Amino acid sequence: MVLPVAAAVVIAVVPRSRPEIVRALALLAAVLEVALSGVLLHRFRTGIAGFQLVSQHPWIKDFGISWKVGVDGISLFLVVLTAVLFAVAMAASTVEHDLKAFMCWMLVLEAGCVGVFLSLDLFLFFIFWEVVLVPMYFLIGGWGYERRVYAALKFFLYTMLGSALMLVGILALVFLEARGGRPITFDLVSLANNQHLAGATAKWLFLAFSASFAVKVPLFPLHTWLPDAHTEAPTAGSVILAGVLLKLGTYGFLRFGLYLFPKAAVDLAPVLLTLGVIGIVYGALVAAVQRDLKRLVAYSSVAHLGFIVLGTFALTTQGLQGGLLQMINHGISTGALFLLVGMIYERRHTRQISELRGLQRSAPVLAGVFMVVMLSSIGLPGLNGFVGEFLVLLGTFVTRRWWAVVAVTGVIFAAVYLLWAYQRVFHGTPDEANASVPDMTWRERAVMLPLVVLIVFLGVYPKPVLDRMAPSVNALLTHIERHTSYQQPDVAAGR
Amino acid sequence: MLEVVWLIPLLPLAGFAVLLVGGRRLGDPLAGWLATSAVAGSFVTSVLVFASLWHRHAGHRAFTKELFTWVPAGGLQVKVGFLADPLSMTMALFVTGVGALIHLYSIGYMRGDGRYPTFFVYMNLFAFSMLMLVLSDSFLLTFLGWEGVGACSYFLISFWFDRDTAASAGKKAFVTNRVGDIGFMLAMFLMFATFGSLQYSSVLGHAGTLSHTTATAIALLLFLGAVGKSAQLPLYVWLPDAMEGPTPVSALIHAATMVTAGVYLMARVNPILALAPGALTLIAVVGAVTALFAATVACAQDDIKRVLAYSTISQLGYMFLAVGSGAYVAAIFHMVTHAFFKALLFLGAGSVIHGLHDEQDMKRMGGLRRFMPLTASTFIVGWLAIAGFPGFSGFWSKDDILLNAWSKSHALWAVGAVTAALTAYYMSRQVFLVFYGPERWKTAEETEAAHAAEPHDAPWTMAVPLVTLAVLSVTGGVVNLPFHRLNFLERWMEPVFADRLRKVDVATGTKAVLLVAVLVAFVAGVLVAGAVYLARRVRERSMEPAVLRQAWGIDALYAGVIETPGLALSSWLAYVLDTKVIDGAVNGVGSTVRTAGARLRRVQTGYVRNYALGIGLGVVAVLAFMATRGAP
Repeated sequence: MVLPVAAAVVIAVVPRSRPEIVRALALLAAVLEVALSGVLLHRFRTGIAGFQLVSQHPWIKDFGISWKVGVDGISLFLVVLTAVLFAVAMAASTVEHDLKAFMCWMLVLEAGCVGVFLSLDLFLFFIFWEVVLVPMYFLIGGWGYERRVYAALKFFLYTMLGSALMLVGILALVFLEARGGRPITFDLVSLANNQHLAGATAKWLFLAFSASFAVKVPLFPLHTWLPDAHTEAPTAGSVILAGVLLKLGTYGFLRFGLYLFPKAAVDLAPVLLTLGVIGIVYGALVAAVQRDLKRLVAYSSVAHLGFIVLGTFALTTQGLQGGLLQMINHGISTGALFLLVGMIYERRHTRQISELRGLQRSAPVLAGVFMVVMLSSIGLPGLNGFVGEFLVLLGTFVTRRWWAVVAVTGVIFAAVYLLWAYQRVFHGTPDEANASVPDMTWRERAVMLPLVVLIVFLGVYPKPVLDRMAPSVNALLTHIERHTSYQQPDVAAGR
Repeated sequence: MLEVVWLIPLLPLAGFAVLLVGGRRLGDPLAGWLATSAVAGSFVTSVLVFASLWHRHAGHRAFTKELFTWVPAGGLQVKVGFLADPLSMTMALFVTGVGALIHLYSIGYMRGDGRYPTFFVYMNLFAFSMLMLVLSDSFLLTFLGWEGVGACSYFLISFWFDRDTAASAGKKAFVTNRVGDIGFMLAMFLMFATFGSLQYSSVLGHAGTLSHTTATAIALLLFLGAVGKSAQLPLYVWLPDAMEGPTPVSALIHAATMVTAGVYLMARVNPILALAPGALTLIAVVGAVTALFAATVACAQDDIKRVLAYSTISQLGYMFLAVGSGAYVAAIFHMVTHAFFKALLFLGAGSVIHGLHDEQDMKRMGGLRRFMPLTASTFIVGWLAIAGFPGFSGFWSKDDILLNAWSKSHALWAVGAVTAALTAYYMSRQVFLVFYGPERWKTAEETEAAHAAEPHDAPWTMAVPLVTLAVLSVTGGVVNLPFHRLNFLERWMEPVFADRLRKVDVATGTKAVLLVAVLVAFVAGVLVAGAVYLARRVRERSMEPAVLRQAWGIDALYAGVIETPGLALSSWLAYVLDTKVIDGAVNGVGSTVRTAGARLRRVQTGYVRNYALGIGLGVVAVLAFMATRGAP
């Protein structure tokens, strides 16, 4: 985690006139980070539910704040995903100006994201949460498209508002738990095991946290920053925004919402399930009629993240595992879709679907890769998207039958909006402008290859991932069952 | 030899992988030969596995081979495993057999196409998916094949994507199938919630513990999936449009194999259906109505392939009629014979289209038997087989179904018999229009065929499959003759259906009467068609009313009831609710804050005296607060 920051500092001192050094250094840092996450994966012990590889150093002793980071089955693959997506996004980005600043911000952003996933101390977590905002703001505002300033500001204000509520929530939780002579602490595990709050208080605090997470996810009706931010951001920004930043919200629900406030989460689950289902159907319907290809992909995220929220609040092994897996899947597939849309834009200088046509004739490889990624996004069995989506729906069905019945229609809508878009962009006879579009370059193929490999691998053999998630997910469920009267059905637990 | 069952789907998968990477280098026709040998290899393996299974005692005719765990999550543990039993191996045999023949045919048919290797990439992927569908040992893995064949169907229908109609047809097929697929998915959820497993052995083995309501719900949800995949009412609309794909695709996917997947699924879950008599009746009725409906439409189509498409829907209706009557073996029997004669008819139609340089309108054909003797003779064999000429394969299987329908309900039998008459009629109409009568393609000026060389017969790669399928269409009936000890298929399938097969208890006299009635229907159909299209006693168009030409207006109805309002709703959500209302509110809050900020800015006057006043007031306020609280 420290690595990207160090790299950013190094790059900051490299002269502006040497962009090739900047790029090489930044890529080196990103690749090293991937290697580090590989080490993490290697040293991670499957079968342990709690946090592993924890590193703890007291920071502000008087308030019980410490630098405490560690990883468990829930955060492990999100860290790996972050490392991979950043490397891919940085390798793919073609920056026209201020490469140095761009790469610096990207690296700071990466540090922030990894920090959020690894923090086991609420204070530390909040700092990283806020760190993420700043570079993203500058990336959208500095390297985006026409309406970038509006989009960046909207993104910033939306998330700031959520953060403010969460800060209040964190402080209130810490100080309320410290009443009655208990030591004051920001430590996540201690706070989760305390559970001294009154029911109503816990509910309010859960809502304060949820506000922040719901904006990030985003949940309907707090989603309108997303299409603007995604569309106006530069390609690398969109990839990270969709691939990693949205996961901060769903990760927050899992790690903090369910873990710190199990009672409130169980009680309020129907509300969040309903918002998730609305997101699934609404996002898909709105995506179908978008005229801008990038905006269409952006709205598809609203639908996909709806599935993740659904799985999370289904509160079953399958739902939670599926939701978690779907976070990884969505990161890969939607990240890849944004890269592909970026490639189309570089060739045609438009994202308007009506101006694109017949690209499969002129760029068959691009079309083929787009097809694979699209089918993964639609949830075709054999590719990664299906496993997550199926587990989410199955896990929801066993506890909340009717939510699953409505949500399953999202499977049809996803096919409608993506196939229709594909037809308009890639099928048909190309006109002059579209007929001369060059196919993917070798660099672009190299960028897409790891994502396509992951899409197929996770679809055919998700076992290594699911096995590493399982103990932590089950521990979380046991934690919830211990502190509430809720019990997941026996079939789901395999009892 | 049972151990190698996993090789059956693996060989086409390997073919797919090799062609995907090196297909372009192999080129035309090597890529085609590679794909064909992959499927032929599967066929040989299937024969070996089939033979080993055949030698086992009836009670031991099920073998499971598990490879690795696919989806492990809590109580859900799904493995990649294969089940070789009489049902799955029968399916695998005819899928690989007919599949290999159609691959061989495609080598000649697709020659010269710019994307020749890509075509075989899709074809092998299809063969793999179809074999996963039939050979898997769990619902979830079958679903992988189920959706996989749907995706391949989408690729192949829109293979000539330059044409907008082809692109739209592919999308329509995928989306319509997805409507059915949610039924399949919900059924799986329900089965998991009930049994905690999706393995065939655990679900079907414990089916007896199901309540009547749950069994009916599962049966109906799975049937929804079958209705989508097997193009029954009301989800049949994609199949006629699917004819936009190359003709071998229509033969393989949209006639012989994929569309029968729904029938296979129903046969597979027969222990559940046995507990849901209401669902069975619904299946029989949907099947019978679809059979009749599609047959009427087939009578008025001009496109040579669309006639066959509606005919396929109609024949699939027969199979569901059989399933609903509890006659699973009759359904599988008809599935096999139908695979032979319908694949033959499609390949014959492809040969005609090829010979006439892409002409598909039957009203511009005629007299072709003199120019394409091989195609004509094999097509005529197919015609007799589907129409129910005594002794040909279709005669036996259709008779089996109708007899079972009779013992379920006389009304269902009557619908089936009328459909049989219509089948004889529209198929005769097709044969007469294409192979007999005046050579209209010579006079139709705007067609390419008129200017090109005379129609020619097919090359040998196309001829071999035609002849083989013709032989099978004639003799295919022998697998299940309705005589003592000659009902091989029924005895072979016995372990799968056990006592759940309908026992036909119809007196021999009644059987004879029914048989005569069906034969009369056949003769009447042929004679009427002859009167209209050969002897021209009646004006053609009067026999082809607009309502039938437009398939009873169902496509238009769907467009009006689903597409248009759906699009309007989406547009309203996107451009009114989302942009104006929700985002409007957000921007409204934003501008309010900005206005408030502008007002507040006036406070920052920059005059020290104003700030001092503020600080002073603040101090007073704080002191007052502390005083009232009695602190510190």
